[in-house]
Amino acid sequence: MSITLPANENSLHRPIQSVNLPGRVMTNPPPMKKARSGPLADRLFGLAAKSAAVFTLVVLAAILVSLTISAWPAIAKFGFGFLTSSTWDPVKEDFGGLVMIYGTVMTSAIALLIAVPVSFGIALFLTELSPAWLKRPLGTAIELLAAVPSIVYGMWGLLVFSPVLSTYVQQPLQKAFGDVPVLGSLFSGAPVGIGILSAGIILAIMIIPFIASVMRDVFEVTPTLLKESAYGLGATTWEVVSKVVLPYTKAGVVGGIMLGLGRAIGETMAITFVIGNFNQLNSLSLFEAANSITSALANEFAEAGEGLHQGALMYLGLVLFFITFVVLALSKILLAQLQKNEGAKT
Amino acid sequence: MSAVKLDAREAKYARRKFVNRVAIAMAMAAMAFGLFWLFWILFETVRLGLEGLTLATLTEMTPPPNEVGGLANAIYGSFLMVMLATFVGTPIGVMAGIYLAEFDTKGWLAVLTRFVNDILLSAPSIVIGLFVYAVVVSRFKSFSGWAGVVALALIVIPVVIRTTENMLQLVPPGLREAAYALGAPKWKVILSITLKAARSGVVTGVMLAVARIAGETAPLLFTALSNQFWTSSLSEPMASLPVTIFKFAMSPYENWQKLAWAGVFLITMAVLGLNILARVLTRSKI
Repeated sequence: MSITLPANENSLHRPIQSVNLPGRVMTNPPPMKKARSGPLADRLFGLAAKSAAVFTLVVLAAILVSLTISAWPAIAKFGFGFLTSSTWDPVKEDFGGLVMIYGTVMTSAIALLIAVPVSFGIALFLTELSPAWLKRPLGTAIELLAAVPSIVYGMWGLLVFSPVLSTYVQQPLQKAFGDVPVLGSLFSGAPVGIGILSAGIILAIMIIPFIASVMRDVFEVTPTLLKESAYGLGATTWEVVSKVVLPYTKAGVVGGIMLGLGRAIGETMAITFVIGNFNQLNSLSLFEAANSITSALANEFAEAGEGLHQGALMYLGLVLFFITFVVLALSKILLAQLQKNEGAKT
Repeated sequence: MSAVKLDAREAKYARRKFVNRVAIAMAMAAMAFGLFWLFWILFETVRLGLEGLTLATLTEMTPPPNEVGGLANAIYGSFLMVMLATFVGTPIGVMAGIYLAEFDTKGWLAVLTRFVNDILLSAPSIVIGLFVYAVVVSRFKSFSGWAGVVALALIVIPVVIRTTENMLQLVPPGLREAAYALGAPKWKVILSITLKAARSGVVTGVMLAVARIAGETAPLLFTALSNQFWTSSLSEPMASLPVTIFKFAMSPYENWQKLAWAGVFLITMAVLGLNILARVLTRSKI
């Protein structure tokens, strides 16, 4: 009874009043107002809290509805062919999103390729190898990397990292493989270090902290008893991690990777700076300027004329939201599978 | 024959030890790799930021190309929009967090809200910008500071909901029960007992939200847009630090790039400072 809260008010207030009333009636009028305002204020307060929660749901629904309405001109005209057409011609009003979708997919893939092994190593280090006194500062440092605004990564990528990448990676590669038929075309492009590869690398640096901290939290969920038993049988650190911890935390690890992927797909500023913003799909070079959904939105939207151009960009935004929604939902479901209540990193 | 067996066993053991050593070395390399970027980025930000930072940066307006100037209007715009967005977003976020922690912890509405909130928490911020454009900007036919405030507030809400709920759940149930036993109505229990006990955690959540929106660029690009001049009117386009940095960094003009570095330095310091402060606050509490 003491825990069923709503029942308490009615059952507690009234009896106390009626006990007090006879003795107090003359000298001290009972606090009638207070007793009445209790339940009413409660109801109002509960209503306010509930509507704030419902507000969140409304926002999500409103985003979906308003994007669909704004994108409708483009959806009606291009349909699903929008996703497979690579023309993007604002003058002739002929739009297709393949170039941007390709850019988003490629940069995210490169980012995951780099970030997953590195994050795994960091999580392994933090949970199994690091001395206790180093755990906290190192973990904090990695988490701070996640807090740095993406525009900082973008600007650093454009003005500091791209020149380095161009001088020490792209140009030597072009010199070495420039004449080889297939490989050479992978590395072609102006030697400025801007394009899909640098966008992918910057993205990787951005999502490493997210994936690493989820993996670390998830690894720490493994019961110590299991790990100690394996160590007791003579297993090496690597064997404990790969044969005990990893199988135990599989779902959580995949969830963490999906969370990172969701971030990578939706990241705007870091990519917009370094991808070059050029609508082409003629060359598959890693160093050729390209475009992603987010960078196209960031660059074109404010200047786009009302009508089909804006509609097409809204369509892209809708596609982006849909992809991230699916990826993030999957990540949440996987993480929830492992951890019922705690540990899921934002 | 036993010698052969022993040899095989030792070879296997040596191989296992070798694999282990390689794995450990790789893990350490990964850790170093992660820290390497952090230090490189921070180092360049501080070095180039301090180079571009002068008193004029804080007192003068954003200049035309190749002229002296500062970021005063952008800093002011950022400050104003972040502050208003926090004031708008925090109450909604705290109330929803209270609902999830105190009113309905296991019902379908709570489960759904939590799920949707997690999605919104990681949703691409540029989509929020598109949404606010469609709902606010295109309706009023003008980019405005208000639109920027709405976009930022929508990012604040999920962060605050998440931390408020988590922090309220840390409050021991005994505290609530004691308050109820004294006859306190529910709203009073929540406002003056549980919320008070979780105060520092909730404040931390708000600080993290402020840190998050202070560096957000994408949702401001086509809501608040930008403005070359000082404006306090929220119904006009308004400059903000991130958008100005974006514009200046992409430009070929050297003085603009210098100012952009100064701006990036200011934002990074503010955001990291808030994060560290938030950490200190929660650590002393738990």
